[in-house]
Amino acid sequence: MTAVLRVQDVVAGYGEVEILHGVSITVSEAEIVAIIGPNGAGKSTLLKAIFGLVSVQNGSVHLAERDVTNMAPNKIVQSGMSYVPQTENVFPSLTINENLEMGAYVRRDGLRDRLERVYGLFPDIASRRSERAGRLSGGQRQMLALARALMLDPKVLLLDEPSASLSPKMVDSIFEKIGDINRGGTAILLVEQNAKEALSFASRAYVLAMGQNRFEGEAKSMLESEEVGKLYLGA
Amino acid sequence: MSVFAGRLTDAIATALDRSRAVGDQLILVAMWLFFLVLGTWAILAETDAFAVGVVTGSIIALGAIGLTLIYGILKFAHFAHGDSMMLAAYVAFFALTGKVVGERTDVELPWSLNDLPGATSSIPWPGEGDFSFGYGLLLAALVAAAAMALIFVVLDRLVYRPLRRRRSGIVIFAIASLGIAIAMRSVMLIFWASSPRFYAPGIRPTTDLPFDVRVVTDQIFIFFAALVLAALLYLLLYRTKLGKAMRAMSDNADLAQVSGINTDQIVTWTWVIGGGLVAVAGVLLALQAQLKPELGFALLLPLFAATILGGIGSPQGAFVGGMIIGITQEVTVAQDLIDISPGYKFSVAFIILILILLLRPRGLFGAKT
Ligand SMILES: Nc1ncnc2c1ncn2[C@@H]1O[C@H](COP(=O)(O)OP(=O)(O)OP(=O)(O)O)[C@@H](O)[C@H]1O
Ligand SMILES: [Mg+2]
Repeated sequence: MTAVLRVQDVVAGYGEVEILHGVSITVSEAEIVAIIGPNGAGKSTLLKAIFGLVSVQNGSVHLAERDVTNMAPNKIVQSGMSYVPQTENVFPSLTINENLEMGAYVRRDGLRDRLERVYGLFPDIASRRSERAGRLSGGQRQMLALARALMLDPKVLLLDEPSASLSPKMVDSIFEKIGDINRGGTAILLVEQNAKEALSFASRAYVLAMGQNRFEGEAKSMLESEEVGKLYLGA
Repeated sequence: MSVFAGRLTDAIATALDRSRAVGDQLILVAMWLFFLVLGTWAILAETDAFAVGVVTGSIIALGAIGLTLIYGILKFAHFAHGDSMMLAAYVAFFALTGKVVGERTDVELPWSLNDLPGATSSIPWPGEGDFSFGYGLLLAALVAAAAMALIFVVLDRLVYRPLRRRRSGIVIFAIASLGIAIAMRSVMLIFWASSPRFYAPGIRPTTDLPFDVRVVTDQIFIFFAALVLAALLYLLLYRTKLGKAMRAMSDNADLAQVSGINTDQIVTWTWVIGGGLVAVAGVLLALQAQLKPELGFALLLPLFAATILGGIGSPQGAFVGGMIIGITQEVTVAQDLIDISPGYKFSVAFIILILILLLRPRGLFGAKT
């Protein structure tokens, strides 16, 4: 399998504070990879570093053989990667339709087709397209955030805790959607607090702690591993 | 027992929250009612002052829209806005007359827009009393708009962008813009001195409107120019991709970047559009009053009052806020009852500003946060 995203020994942080001390991960084509780890481990920072929002001081990020280390986010979007942040991931004063339009900002053509394809995936928000996003419920906002990131049909999708603060029922339907997206051929790198759910869903996983790789392997075996279980699954 | 106490405090907290929300709604309704009643009364009892207020209001509104736009994208209070308006008015004056007439300078260019054939002959008005200016002034306004757009973009590159790179706080930005404001005023004083100047010499013709209102014909132009520009800006913000990206960035700049929007480019466009708006607002201000270096800074208070009254970051709000401030100012000064001198006009804006900040800081159209 070819790696569609390869992160090598990435060192990154905020200003003087170094948060990631050399993190490496790879995501293969159409794979679902989970990143789990305790609060403050640097999971969100890793996604931001991959996406050019936090500058990478050392190491590299390759997106399908292309070096995208420290590239501007708008360039990265054009190269086929999208990102859904952990919080504040919709534009509240824009309508749902406008939110999605912003997802396809870098493209001039085919907006209508893209909109219809994404609305097909998310019928719940399709019926409310001219409402402001600020009026959506938590679950629907998360759906819209996913939909926005899918407007350009990315090769890789970075998701930061898509299930955070949702009701159990909503969590299930979000994961169901992510599964659908993945079956469409999009590789997914998923950060999750909800480690058990993430591990039963992903094919491979990494455990991140204090800005470093701690474990990696098949998600199933990690779910059964005592060490990981003790440390991170609260078992 | 403690569970019960916890529930009780929870219940009290929710009740307080709810009553605060209801109170907030009531204040909003009360504000609208107050301004509607005041407006209706002004139309009936002080029709002339109301008309002047609408004109002043359109100028304030246009300035406030630019201010609120810059705030929305760059998230700082642009204190150079008033002085930028006046500077733009002088740029138009220079383009029109070719004159730099300060205390030590007295230069007149060999050619200026006024030398174009027929540029100075008054644009006719269908009723009695033509406009005081010719098409030369319209061209001069365009020149000023281009010049201000350029000046704003250059200032962004030289001052604000380095500050953004350093992630400076909003206070630093505000102080920097205040410095620029003072520099602009000095430039105007050096080149054109503080004696008042006008685009066209002589008295300005007046004309009759329905309901026995007599206005200076130019004021009709001022009102419609502001209205058309505000409408164009509305179309830009809500109908074009650039405008939607500007609103998106004003909502959440990080998410805009993540979506693929080139936020540096949006910042540049914001200064270009802001410069154009400031220039037209400045020319209209000078047309309504006069060219005088100090006038821009004096307008800053009504501009901020209008912006905050409308809800900071909301262009529609800035327009309505500008109208309300303009009308309230003119009407209170015209009232014999209250008997305040026209010199204290701006104190009206100040009082409204304080009341809004105390009662409803997010203004008439502002978003919840
Ligand atoms: N903008 C920032 N500036 C400075 N430090 C930050 C910033 N954002 C996060 N940090 C710090 O970086 C560290 C890692 O944060 P990060 O958000 O990456 O953790 P996380 O693994 O995503 O945690 P969580 O599970 O809570 O989302 C934390 O110590 C945090 O305080
Ligand atoms: Mg996080």
